[in-house]
Formats: sequence, structure tokens, C-alpha cells
Amino acid sequence: MTAEQIIFLLTGVLVIGSALLVVSVRNLLHAALWLVVSLFGVAVLYAILQANFLAVVQIVVYIGAIAILFIFAVMLTRRELLDKGSQTRTAWLIPALLGLLILAGLVLLIMSVPGVNKTAGALPTGLDTVKLLGTALVSPDAYVLPFEVASVLLLAALVGAVYIATAGNKK
Amino acid sequence: MTFWNDPINFIAAWLTGVLTGWHLPSALVTVILYIIGITVLIVFAMTLDIGLVWIERKVVARFQDRLGPNRIGPFGLIQPVADIIKMVIKEDITPDGADKIVYNIAPVLAATSVIVLWAILPLASTIYGVDLNVGLLYIVAAGALGTLAIIMAGWSSHNKYALLGAFRMVSNMVSYEIPMVIILLIPTILANTMSIRGITQAQSGMWFAILSPLALLIFLVSAIAELGRSPFDLNEAESEIVAGFHIEYTGMKFGWFYAGELLHAFTFGGFMAILFFGGYGGFFGLEKLSFFAWLNIPFIQVLVFLAKAMLGYWVIMWVKYSVPRIRIDHMLAFNWKFLVPLSLAVLIDTAILSKVLASQPGWLYAAGMFGSNLVIGLVTIEILRAYGRKHHQPAGVSTPSQAMQG
Repeated sequence: MTAEQIIFLLTGVLVIGSALLVVSVRNLLHAALWLVVSLFGVAVLYAILQANFLAVVQIVVYIGAIAILFIFAVMLTRRELLDKGSQTRTAWLIPALLGLLILAGLVLLIMSVPGVNKTAGALPTGLDTVKLLGTALVSPDAYVLPFEVASVLLLAALVGAVYIATAGNKK
Repeated sequence: MTFWNDPINFIAAWLTGVLTGWHLPSALVTVILYIIGITVLIVFAMTLDIGLVWIERKVVARFQDRLGPNRIGPFGLIQPVADIIKMVIKEDITPDGADKIVYNIAPVLAATSVIVLWAILPLASTIYGVDLNVGLLYIVAAGALGTLAIIMAGWSSHNKYALLGAFRMVSNMVSYEIPMVIILLIPTILANTMSIRGITQAQSGMWFAILSPLALLIFLVSAIAELGRSPFDLNEAESEIVAGFHIEYTGMKFGWFYAGELLHAFTFGGFMAILFFGGYGGFFGLEKLSFFAWLNIPFIQVLVFLAKAMLGYWVIMWVKYSVPRIRIDHMLAFNWKFLVPLSLAVLIDTAILSKVLASQPGWLYAAGMFGSNLVIGLVTIEILRAYGRKHHQPAGVSTPSQAMQG
């Protein structure tokens, strides 16, 4: 087993274990912190795959923005952070079966991809993945349309947020 | 490859030879070398940190017209060692009702979020941890971990002052992150890369501080806010929330926050040197002359880098000890209504002009960039003046300047 595989397995256990803890711990703030651990593990996975940009953006966006927002919302809205109700619903069997079915389908789908058993080769030296990603995002042959649509959507969300925030102040 | 040209790789090659001589597998040798390298880098950063305690105390003393530490050792140089011994042997208190695990992780995470920045700091052309092609985003990511550490400390202390301090600090850091990210795009545009080493090398002829002085100013302001230093130090307020998010921490756990803050300030001084003053190089082509060839020796470059970083650190201290704090609503308004639009304007200007002037000779390019920054600066001052006339005077009261105009 190579060092890379050991790191991958450890990270995988960390990601899945902390994801399970997110939904099972009773303290809401601990759940948010376990979510941070899980998201950080995903960033490590990206780093193993030499996707530097994705790894760093994962931390900036998910830990730096979304997780902090979660924690703020939890701390500001709940006085009692411990949830005392039952953690399972009565109809848990069918969703569990459905979940297992989806997992099995995903595993089958991934295993059918050609070359799934091969280990990833090293990237050729001098290949600037960030530059490639950047040109792909703005070139008309690649992703310029989804990119622009996403930015328009974000702008609309921004304007909407400002409108909702100021609407209450006007008399 | 000799020791003087490339010390790190020289030692690494020598160690590899020794370790493979002991019949260790090559994969293990690589792992051992990485661990040694990381340890040496952290030890260097933390040793520097001990020196920073002395520097900070001496400089604040000078600003406040005192002498500062001067009893232990020459010029009080051994004072930080005494400070550390005191901190380590102090009683370690965990308050009742604190969330023990989160409470104990927070100081470690706070210091870690600073130390990880040293992985990408190029101390010299051949001495650096790693040359990431997303170096600038890495700075932002490390800042995100620091924010998390503060919120963890504030919440787990089970103290309302700690929580209030953490809220203030985090709202501060999250909002000032935005102008900082926008400004980090300007060295990216000017150097055509996000790699810290690439940015340093792109400034061998001309500092980005000259090409974009406004970007340097905005970076300085948002760095000070990110550090939570005066005038943005609302996380600490003796009369309302005492020490803020680290109020419950004692002994070395407080020491980690303190050490992290000092090292963070110095590291931002270092980033200012790298992004705007050419880092270890940037001698305007002087190092290419044979007379100044000694400027290319890595150990001289380390000294140059540390001197430039110290200068940035000194400016941050200068601001901290001379400017009084501002109110929290003013602070947030200053960010959202002033810094963000201004940094966006500078970004648009830099992006367009750097393409328009790309084919021009060097001096025209530099003059154009500097001039456009100057114009933006003057327009900003005029807008602020007009805004000030409109909003900051009660109606019917005439000031001398208005009376003169009238």
C-alpha cells in the first residue's frame, strides 16, 4: 500500500465518520463542527487528487462561509442547543432501504466507468490546471454559458437579499 | 548545486544519501524528509515569534514614551523567555460548563491557522515550503480556519463576554475578507499567476506597490481588520466585554492566542512585502549587475525578506498604537460602503489598463498604472468630501470654510 492510499483511506473514514456524527450528535453546535471536519476531509481528498484549486475553494467556501453561517444561525436562533426529541422517525425503514438502493446504484455506476481500478498517474510537469480551468470557464466552446447563467443567478439572489433586508425598514 | 546556492536541496540530497545508506525504502525517506522540513519550518516560525514578543513590547513602549522591558539581559532581550516560563507554569483553568474538547482545540487551531501560512512564504528564491499555483487563495483559506477557531473559543468558554467578543471579531473578519479577496486579485492580474513565488519573480523589475499603491493601502487596512488590531479591535474592550473571545483562557492556552496574533501580524507584513514590495528580490534589476551579485545568495535574500516583512509589521504596530478605535457600525459601514466599492474600482481599472498598456514600454506601463491609481484616489477623496459636506454638518451651522466660500 502506498502512502497515498493510506492517506486516502484515513480521510475516507474521517469524512464518513464525521458525516454520521453530524446527523447523530444531539448538540447542534457540535453537529456543525463535525460538518466542518467532514468538509475539510473532502478538501483533503481533492488535494490528494492534485486538484489544488478545488481543495482551497472547498475550504474558503464551505468552511469559511457556509459553516460559519450555520454556526451563527444556530447560536443566534436557539437558546437551548440540545435537541431532546427522538432521533428516528417511525417510518425509517423505507427511506433506509431507498438510501441503500441509491448507494448500490451509485457503486455499480462508478464501477462501470472504464479505468476505475487504475491508480491515478502523476500530472505532467508544467500543466497549469488553474489556467486550464480559467480558460474553460470563459471559452465559448466550453462552459461560458453555465458560468454566466450562474453569475446572473447569484446577482439576482444578491439583489433579492438586499431588497428583502431593506423592505422592513421602509414605512 | 552547492550549499550556498541551494541550501535546502543540498541538505535534502545529503540526508537522502545518509538515509538510503541505512537501507530505508525510498518512500519512507521522502516522508521522513518532509516531516523534518515541516518541523524545521515551524521551529523557525515559532522562534521568530519569541523575538516578536520582545519587538512588540519594545515598539509599543517607544510609541507610549516608555522604555519597555530592560531588566533581563541586554536591552531586555531575555524578557520573552521569562514571559514564556511564566505562561507555561501558570495554573490552567477550564471553566465550569465549558465545552472541554472544543475549548481545548480552539487555541491550537488559532495558532495553526497562522503557522500553515508559512508553508507558502518564500524566504528566498530556493528556500520555500511549497510553491502552490493557488497560493493567494490559500491565504484566504487559512484565514477561514482562524475565524473558525475564534468562534469555537467564544462559544465553548460558556461566557457571554467571550461569545459577544467572538461575534464582533467574526463579523469583522468575514466582512473585511471581501475587500482583501478583491485586492488579492490585483497582484494576480499584474503577475498573471496566483503562485506566491511567481508574484515575487514578476516584481524583479518593478514593485506592485508602485503599479497599484491603492491596492497596497486597501490590503493594509483589511489586513489590520483581519488581525483584529486597533482601530478594528472591538473584540477586546475592557469596559464592556473585557478580553473578548479569549477571556477564560489562562496560561499557555492564552499564550497560543497571543503567539498566533503576533505571528499573524508579522506574516501579513511578510505578505505585504511579497505582494507589493518584491519579497526576497525586487531590486529593480540591480541584482543582475555583477557588482551586486551577492544579492542573489539565498541567505542574503532571507535577510532582505525579513527586513521588508519587519517594515510591514512595524507599520501595522504604528497604526495599532496611534489610531483610536472606531465604533462597530462605522467599522462595518466603512468596509461595505467604502472599501468594497473602492477595491472593485481599482480591480476594474487594473484589469483594463494592464491589457491596454501591455505592449507599451515598461516606464509608460508603470506611469499609466500609477497615474490611474492616483486619479481614482483623488476622485475618491472628492466624493468623500462632498459626502462629508452633505451629511456631517447640522443644518444652519456655518463653518469657517463655508463662510469663506460664501
